[in-house]
Amino acid sequence: MAEPLLRTEGLSKQFGGIVASDDVALAVEAGELHAVIGPNGAGKTTLIGELAGDIEPDTGRVFFDGQDITAWRADRRSALGLARSFQVTSLFLDFTALDNVALAVQAGAGHSFRFWADARRDPALREPARAALAGVGLGARADLLVSAMSHGEHRLLELAMALATKPRLLLLDEPMAGLGPEESARVVKMLRGLKGSLAILLIEHDMEAVFALADRITVLFYGRVIASGAPDAIRADAEVRKAYLGSAATGGRDG
Amino acid sequence: MSARITPRNAAVAGMLAILALVPVYCAATGSAFALSLFTRIVIFAIAAVALNLAMGFGGMVSFGHAAFLGLGGYVVGILAKEGVGSGFVQWPLALVVSGLFALGVGSLSLRTRGVYFIMITLAFAQMAYYVASGLDRYGGDDGLTIYHRSTFGGVIDLSNKTQFYYLCLALLVAFVYLVSRLVNSRFGLVIQGARSNERRMRAIGFPTFRYKLVCFVISGMLCGLAGVLLANHTDFISPAIMHWTRSGDLIVMAVLGGMGSVMGPAIGAVTLLLLEEWLSRVTEYWPMILGPLILLVVLFARGGIDGLLTRLSRG
Repeated sequence: MAEPLLRTEGLSKQFGGIVASDDVALAVEAGELHAVIGPNGAGKTTLIGELAGDIEPDTGRVFFDGQDITAWRADRRSALGLARSFQVTSLFLDFTALDNVALAVQAGAGHSFRFWADARRDPALREPARAALAGVGLGARADLLVSAMSHGEHRLLELAMALATKPRLLLLDEPMAGLGPEESARVVKMLRGLKGSLAILLIEHDMEAVFALADRITVLFYGRVIASGAPDAIRADAEVRKAYLGSAATGGRDG
Repeated sequence: MSARITPRNAAVAGMLAILALVPVYCAATGSAFALSLFTRIVIFAIAAVALNLAMGFGGMVSFGHAAFLGLGGYVVGILAKEGVGSGFVQWPLALVVSGLFALGVGSLSLRTRGVYFIMITLAFAQMAYYVASGLDRYGGDDGLTIYHRSTFGGVIDLSNKTQFYYLCLALLVAFVYLVSRLVNSRFGLVIQGARSNERRMRAIGFPTFRYKLVCFVISGMLCGLAGVLLANHTDFISPAIMHWTRSGDLIVMAVLGGMGSVMGPAIGAVTLLLLEEWLSRVTEYWPMILGPLILLVVLFARGGIDGLLTRLSRG
């Protein structure tokens, strides 16, 4: 069997007495959209943190493309092709939207010990950044300060930045949180368009979107994987229904 | 940078024009004092611009930048006492020493943030202060008189007060240009990004530590050169130059003038030192007036004087 793009082995993490990850074994194949669902406090964001390199697991290992990256810091993982978006919007508020995305492009364009040329006039940075902004529908908002943009626009900008680093695996932490129906629909459409060209690990509470998009779904419950499989299998799983889905399976959003 | 004529740009141009004409005024009136005062102002403007590269753009609030003034000054003083008067030796060595000190301080302090960073930079500066106080051969607490200013083989005579002043002013203009190129380069955007949101910078793949460290080193070296100039200006060097209140002065200059721009701290240095000079003639209680004045600017003119001028320019 071919090695999956991302694989974790016995990932565990405790915060005080709270178990956030409990022996998590997860595999994301190249090109697949893999959703992770679970009630609030199930350890989804912690899992993303462990994969992105922001949170150090107590035990267990993370492999990307066959390499053990458990000890790698976030910036090195990102350079290898692991990009994340944040659940709580994390942007450069005092920069313009274009500056934000251009920085993400710059991160992938070799070292930045270049001290003289004006980076804001560098087409090698600005053009891919403009394209990424246009891709999420923010083309007309490029020169606006991020602090002056709406929450919905921030979410889309998060996505544009993550994509601008040209990742092989995109870690998306609730990309649709706080979006209106129109913006949500745009994100779903975008993710569908991206499917196949890169692997995506998606955390999302919008069950309709998750079941429509995912190739595979993993269910977390108090840090533990209680089920993992195709959407239909997950929908039918008795333990999952008991633990989490219940009424949410009909399409409601879990606050 | 656009070259449009706005009240802000006019004010900056006016300030530079006045600075350029100071020696002419002094020659006309025979006032040696004004030339000395303005030489000092220009040197502190260089130091404040240097500090602001780390503080305003890199978000590294260093409370120990006076140490670099002292290091630069002591390299000149010690070499002069040991008979090495050539600026071609003194100045590059001062840059190397300041750079190495910044590398050491930065490597440790940049692993912390916020108030811890401030305290570590302060601690290193205090250490440098006490080391200098212990240098008995070089005057200890009393300081060291420098009998000969740096020599440049006849290219420029630093003992000539006018020539020295113009050298300082030219260096200020050069550094402002250099820093303004720097902060808009790829490197500059990385350090500004790290100031704005370091976690995000790491998430998109930047190893921020090394960029911040290089920024801190450049800032320290420029400030070290200001120390070289200061020692040549006063013909004297003592530990007092490294006192923590001096580091505080540099921060006040940057905040007063505006941390958001390259020119801001220079404006702040000119304003603060002129106000200090003028108020201290009016009353001996001048800090009681200056203090609230600075407080008002910080509270009501976010972005300092330069920020205020820029907002006026936008109408």
